[in-house]
Amino acid sequence: MSKSIKVALIGNPNTGKTSVFNQLTGLKQKVGNYPGITVEKKQGTCKLPGGAKANILDLPGTYSLNTTSLDESVVVELLLNKNDKDFPDVAVVVTDVENLKRNLLLFTQIKDLRVPTILVINMADLMSRKGISLDIQELEQKLDTKIALVSTRKGHGIQHIKELIANYESISAMPNVDTERIAPEYFGQLKKAFPKENLYKLWLVITQDVNFTKVEKKRIEDATSFSTKSKTELKKLQHRETVLRYQFINQALKDTYKVDFSAAKGLRASLDRILTHKVFGYVIFFVILLLIFQAIFDWSTYPSDFIDAQFANASEWIKSVLPAGVFTDLLAEGVLAGIGGIVVFIPQIAFLFLFISLLEETGYMSRVVFLMDRLMRPFGLSGKSVVPLISGTACAIPAVMATRTIESWKERLITILVTPFTTCSARLPVYLILIALVIPQGGFLGMSYKALTLMLLYLLGFGMAIFSASILNKILKIRSRSLFMVEMPTYRLPLFKNVAYTVIEKTKSFVFGAGKIILAISIVLWFLGSNGSSDDFKNAEDIVNKRIQENGLSAYSNNYIQKHIKSYMEGVKFDEDNQPDAVELTALGDTLQNVTRLLKERARVQEIASYKLEHSYIGQAGKAIEPLVKPLGYDWKIGIAVLTSFAAREVFVGTLATIYSVGSDEEETIKNRMAAELDDTGQKPLFNLASGISLMLFYAFAMQCMSTLAVVKRETNSWKWPLLQLFFMSTFAYLVALAAYQILR
Amino acid sequence: MATVLDLKQGQKGVIKEFADFMLPIKLLELGCLPGNTVELVQIAPLKDPIYINVNGSHIAIRRSLAKQIELEITEDPLSL
Repeated sequence: MSKSIKVALIGNPNTGKTSVFNQLTGLKQKVGNYPGITVEKKQGTCKLPGGAKANILDLPGTYSLNTTSLDESVVVELLLNKNDKDFPDVAVVVTDVENLKRNLLLFTQIKDLRVPTILVINMADLMSRKGISLDIQELEQKLDTKIALVSTRKGHGIQHIKELIANYESISAMPNVDTERIAPEYFGQLKKAFPKENLYKLWLVITQDVNFTKVEKKRIEDATSFSTKSKTELKKLQHRETVLRYQFINQALKDTYKVDFSAAKGLRASLDRILTHKVFGYVIFFVILLLIFQAIFDWSTYPSDFIDAQFANASEWIKSVLPAGVFTDLLAEGVLAGIGGIVVFIPQIAFLFLFISLLEETGYMSRVVFLMDRLMRPFGLSGKSVVPLISGTACAIPAVMATRTIESWKERLITILVTPFTTCSARLPVYLILIALVIPQGGFLGMSYKALTLMLLYLLGFGMAIFSASILNKILKIRSRSLFMVEMPTYRLPLFKNVAYTVIEKTKSFVFGAGKIILAISIVLWFLGSNGSSDDFKNAEDIVNKRIQENGLSAYSNNYIQKHIKSYMEGVKFDEDNQPDAVELTALGDTLQNVTRLLKERARVQEIASYKLEHSYIGQAGKAIEPLVKPLGYDWKIGIAVLTSFAAREVFVGTLATIYSVGSDEEETIKNRMAAELDDTGQKPLFNLASGISLMLFYAFAMQCMSTLAVVKRETNSWKWPLLQLFFMSTFAYLVALAAYQILR
Repeated sequence: MATVLDLKQGQKGVIKEFADFMLPIKLLELGCLPGNTVELVQIAPLKDPIYINVNGSHIAIRRSLAKQIELEITEDPLSL
């Protein structure tokens, strides 16, 4: 097979570049990261007319090659490095017909690097409505390129792009703007020092701070025949360069691009008037937020419950199909219990990303930034912090990455540091199960106490984020100029395909990312819980049997037996959800005596298992940390769950599930199992109001997520900030949880 | 000299120069260059940031930045 053509897709944000990518590649794409940084790298393949294949790389959106963010520098890094394995044979620059003038700036820069460049003019369907007319042939000559007029919304013109890519060798690689004209004397010297090299490339090496350029920069600075310039002087030259580029572009568009302004305007102005109105603007934003939360808490429970039930069934099924043994136990109790704990989040995460991507696709998100900027500033945040804070309710990882658009380092750092306080979806299952256990029935003003508690926890998360931001704003002595700037794109109907891709991709990466950790922890926990080295562990059965003979069953067991006998007497059919018992009972004869015998036997088995667990490796570890968690109202099992949650919060329920299912033969739901657990006095449920609230508060504030810490480390480029987060948030969480338990107890 | 801050909603002006050369290059790249027309589209509810249309680019910037852009007011919304 012939070598495939390497294509780089480049363009400003909001030009429909991703739509072009999706339509060129269809589902044949893969998403990864650029090595060492968390910038998404999207690649895909595409069949070209004539049988050749194209490898298409979708580069992050950028306004120009003068980069201001990590995402943008990826573009420069690639285009400067001819040896990069992804260095394109041909660049495809995607532009939006409505903003052609400004989009062409980037085009001329790519051209000047002498890469063959195709120009795609997208959103052609809007031309008549906006009163735009284009002379394509003339424009092709002026810009020295080939143009494809495309409408991704209508699906027009994609074939034309493919044809142009297939014939990329005939596309000109000559520059648009003569770099030397920026400052003849300066560039004359540069040319003399490096006669063989592309001037514009050298210029980028000098002005851009990207990894690759470091070595090259040194080389230029060392050149004797050439004097370097100060930062301010360089900046002046960059201004001059921009002016020159616009001169060129204006010249090219003069006779080829016409806008009849009487046809334009309309929708944007009237929508802006409402959406950024001083009253309606905020009301609409608030309603949209409510809608998002409604979707996350309410609508997603249906699919979540369904998934939950399927996992319980699958666990049963594995146990019934596979031969009993260590491997089956591991699979059913360790692995499945763990995976189930993460898969139930899918609906919530998907809903959240659905809303966020809808808000971004329509152009509404920029209006939110516009509305909120002034409100956020007193707390040291930017209007752009709103997006990470909302995304944070799904997951802090993409949220921390979303801070990249914030221009001021101080505002960005504060946003990164406080984002983990927002209630991410990993906290949700912890909250949900604890609320179900400890918050009483009943309601207030038409809302149940349970729903109110959940809402309060969310508000608490946001409140804490804002509060700590204002403290950080006072403490952090960072001087950074805020060059806040946000583009207000045209309102657009979202493209279903783009939204769907985003939702699927983000959900997938969340599930697999978190899934790996949870899976590993579940397996380790299961192993530690079902093995032990002490004599107590090995002789558990004898010890417990002896204890029962001498002292009778434990308080927990008696309680359990009495409860079941009572319901049996009241005519509740014995353990309807527990088929094997019902079968056994039918065989023995459905009498009170048999029921009691069965219950006693079951209690004995359970006591052995729980004795074993207590003396397993994990039990020993749990006992070791018990003094630390006891004042918070937790026993050693919760202590283990809290400890493992430092890897990822969502592990909490899975850990308890693993510990409890190791500790019992019963297939009760995890919630019932937790409700039945008694504290060490044997009188009160372990999960009561005081310990439940204490736990929820601990989870609300503690920095329990390795992945977030790793992302913060990458984004801030230092261990200082993530460690500070870990230490301060967790200490604070401990103190608050301690106070809550001691007061409520 | 007048700056972008002196514009009333709907009013236009032609950019003359910048008070500070450290203006973000990004702003220039979006078309905020001497000779181009700026229109004040909207002011945020709390007076800041402001939303302008320069050279067909719709962008929002803070007042502190807007103050750096000096211009000549060319069009009065009332005369339209």
